[in-house]
Amino acid sequence: MSTLASGSAEGVAGRRGRAAVAWRRLSRNSLSLAALAAIVAIIVLALAAPLVAPWDPDAPSAEDVLQAPGWRHWLGTDIYGRDQLSRIVWAARVDLLVALAATAMALTAGCVLGALAGYRGGLVDQAVMRAVDTIMAFPAFILAMGITAAAGNATANVVLAIAITHVPIYTRLIRSEMLRVREMEYAEAARTVGNPQRRIIFYHLLPNCFPPVIVQATLAMGFAILTVAALSFIGLGIQPPQSEWGAMTAEGASYIVSGEWWIFLFPGLAIMVTVLAFNLVGDTLRDLLDPRMRGVV
Amino acid sequence: MGLGRYVATRALLVLPTLLGVTLITFTLTYLLPGNPALVKAGPLATPEHIREMERQMGLDRPVPVQYWRYLSGVLRGDFGESATTGRPVLTDFLQRVPATLELTLASMLIAIGVGIPLGVLAAVRRDGPLDHVSRLLGVGGVAMPTFWTGLLAVYVFFYHLGVAPPPLGRLSPGVTAPSALTGLYTVDALLGGSWRALGSALHQLMLPALTLGFSVMAPVTRMVRATMLEILESDYVKAAWAAGLPRRTIVYGDALRNCMIPVITLIGVVFGFLMAGNVVVEIVFAWPGIGNYAVTSLLTKDAAPIQGFVLFVAVVYVLINFTVDVVYGLVDPRIRLR
Repeated sequence: MSTLASGSAEGVAGRRGRAAVAWRRLSRNSLSLAALAAIVAIIVLALAAPLVAPWDPDAPSAEDVLQAPGWRHWLGTDIYGRDQLSRIVWAARVDLLVALAATAMALTAGCVLGALAGYRGGLVDQAVMRAVDTIMAFPAFILAMGITAAAGNATANVVLAIAITHVPIYTRLIRSEMLRVREMEYAEAARTVGNPQRRIIFYHLLPNCFPPVIVQATLAMGFAILTVAALSFIGLGIQPPQSEWGAMTAEGASYIVSGEWWIFLFPGLAIMVTVLAFNLVGDTLRDLLDPRMRGVV
Repeated sequence: MGLGRYVATRALLVLPTLLGVTLITFTLTYLLPGNPALVKAGPLATPEHIREMERQMGLDRPVPVQYWRYLSGVLRGDFGESATTGRPVLTDFLQRVPATLELTLASMLIAIGVGIPLGVLAAVRRDGPLDHVSRLLGVGGVAMPTFWTGLLAVYVFFYHLGVAPPPLGRLSPGVTAPSALTGLYTVDALLGGSWRALGSALHQLMLPALTLGFSVMAPVTRMVRATMLEILESDYVKAAWAAGLPRRTIVYGDALRNCMIPVITLIGVVFGFLMAGNVVVEIVFAWPGIGNYAVTSLLTKDAAPIQGFVLFVAVVYVLINFTVDVVYGLVDPRIRLR
């Protein structure tokens, strides 16, 4: 029985081969490599925040109020004399974690819903797709705003709001992939030998739907970071005194007219670099996994 | 499928979507934690008072009944009442919609007016300098948070260069608003011939419209470029080359015309981006539109305006996408066959 279902074993080898090819191509493209290095660096900095941040991110200091960037405070200080660099490094934890949690949540829900809808078809498919269409009837950011406003400004609610707005993309992707792979011979083989449906869907077929989803998830990380930051910027997301890039930019907004540029500039720069890195890696992955798109974007 | 039937089928699909949208906004408004009766009755209310308030607001009725009341209210234009202004949300909206509309239209004009030609030229002269600019924009532009671009623009053009006015609303202080016809200050001033108001309105509109336009231009350019590249490599374009047609006819005749068809669908996407960008741009530039209204009412824990805003935007979004579908079916008969 397991010998006949060895289509999955072959699938594993195929995926490994693909990963090796992807890595070879990725490492040849210096821009993508730089982006990948940037992501790794940002994650390491975020994890090591207590070790690398030169100052306590939340400790006010009367003598350091509104210092311009300099030797003592590389990126300057805010109105409470808090060190900007330390706050940005600590904020990376919040932004990355929220984006990652939201993406993981949306991915899981999207996989289950999309796989069931695509494999089963019929009523399940109808119900799932109508629900997904309804969510997509809202511009994503506006719905995230509505959900966070209704559920309250807790970090968990921000994660939930972003996850909900991202579920449709994965559901539709997985569903269309599932429609394709369920007709394949190895799917037929898995059915013939009497595997239970759940095992066929989630063990044999789902892994073969993954490549486009991985691309989407990488790009969605960037989008999720932008959403957390924008929600916090308008006062709906992560609440002060917790440092977060969007909220820090908002704090800096009032000091532009008096010329204190470093307060709004650096957190925004952190957002841009992080999102850019995720987008570049996502684009490269797409080029690798979808040869039709190579060189087009 | 005939055109009439195509439009009818599409219209029939819009209704369940709109119903689904109201179901979601209803859930957001009524079913989540936080008893609206408690908020309305105030902190000093007795339990009897709260129960009375719940009865008045219909919160003691079964959920489907509540949804029905919500839905019929929305259909009558009842979006609830703002606790901050004390007026119906719809009244507040109508007063602020022109500001949002003016900003949206100006940004759309910039995004499409620059984004489409740039995307086309980038594809035609692939790997040329313009192509590199467009790629940089496509990758970099989408990574820049809109609120940050706005602040950067304020810092450079207002604080440093002094060519932009302070980011405080639609007109400089001391300038009277033109008599309202459309509510769009630039259009009204032009129609009424009040040049001072026109100058001020344009000056104030400049930075917010550029900020929002820039944020949307990146995806537009990217999509146009990709579409145009695909078309330039299609069989019929190759056939045209083989037939020896002049380059100009092929590129700017056949290819460009066919490229514009998928670009129509962009309008819907662009609008989605614009609505999200509007909210933060209105905050940065103190632009008195509906996004600003929704966000500022949050500071006072006033939920009705923001839920009204979410519903309003979603309904407009659905209707715009419906219109785009219909136009698409009009210009491309193949779509109707699907």
